[in-house]
Amino acid sequence: MLILTRKTNEKIMIGERIAVSIVEIKGDQVKIGVEAPKNVKVFRKELFDDIKAENKAAAASRRTTLPKIG
Amino acid sequence: MKIETKALGAVEIDEKQRVRFPEGLFGFETLQNYALLESAEPPFLWLQSLDQSALAFVVINPFIFRPDFEITADDAEFAAIGIEKAEQALVYSIVTIPEDAAPVTANLQGPLVINRDTREAKQVVLSDPRWSTKHDIVAEMKIREGGSESTTQKGNA
Repeated sequence: MLILTRKTNEKIMIGERIAVSIVEIKGDQVKIGVEAPKNVKVFRKELFDDIKAENKAAAASRRTTLPKIG
Repeated sequence: MKIETKALGAVEIDEKQRVRFPEGLFGFETLQNYALLESAEPPFLWLQSLDQSALAFVVINPFIFRPDFEITADDAEFAAIGIEKAEQALVYSIVTIPEDAAPVTANLQGPLVINRDTREAKQVVLSDPRWSTKHDIVAEMKIREGGSESTTQKGNA
């Protein structure tokens, strides 16, 4: 992993079209700005982890008879 | 073709029921081949893995209980499975059925988008805070029937 040290308002370029900037540092929280083309999806990693965990939970159910709804 | 299923035993399926996820589902990246089967309890359907007969997901059309649901994923993501127009897309949410009496929930944060014509599909990630991985289907259906507009659920995006 490449590790770079940056100060507030400094940026990192990923390729030529993605810029990551350090907007604010407050205690143990860092506010990060991402400028990227529309087709590059930017997410908190927890979002992927949540969806993966939910898929696993859905697959783990042993129920083969489904509830009635509606 | 005849397939073995988790819930329905051996079932004969049509080519048209097949669905292919080139990138798999999150957490199931190596499994690409599925079939969409009707269940005995509509509006639920089974998304049955053709690679592992013991693996099947229950899915539902999310618009049934959340008519306000929308996918704002970027066009490029749809292009990956050949979708150019909204009419080409079939959308399903994976349902989690707990073993206990906890509510049956649907994942609106990571819906499945299927290209109606090619049957190529993808699980997309929505960052809209209105959608979470656990929407209580029955409760949200009741809110809707009650005519209330305040169906917004706090997400975790």
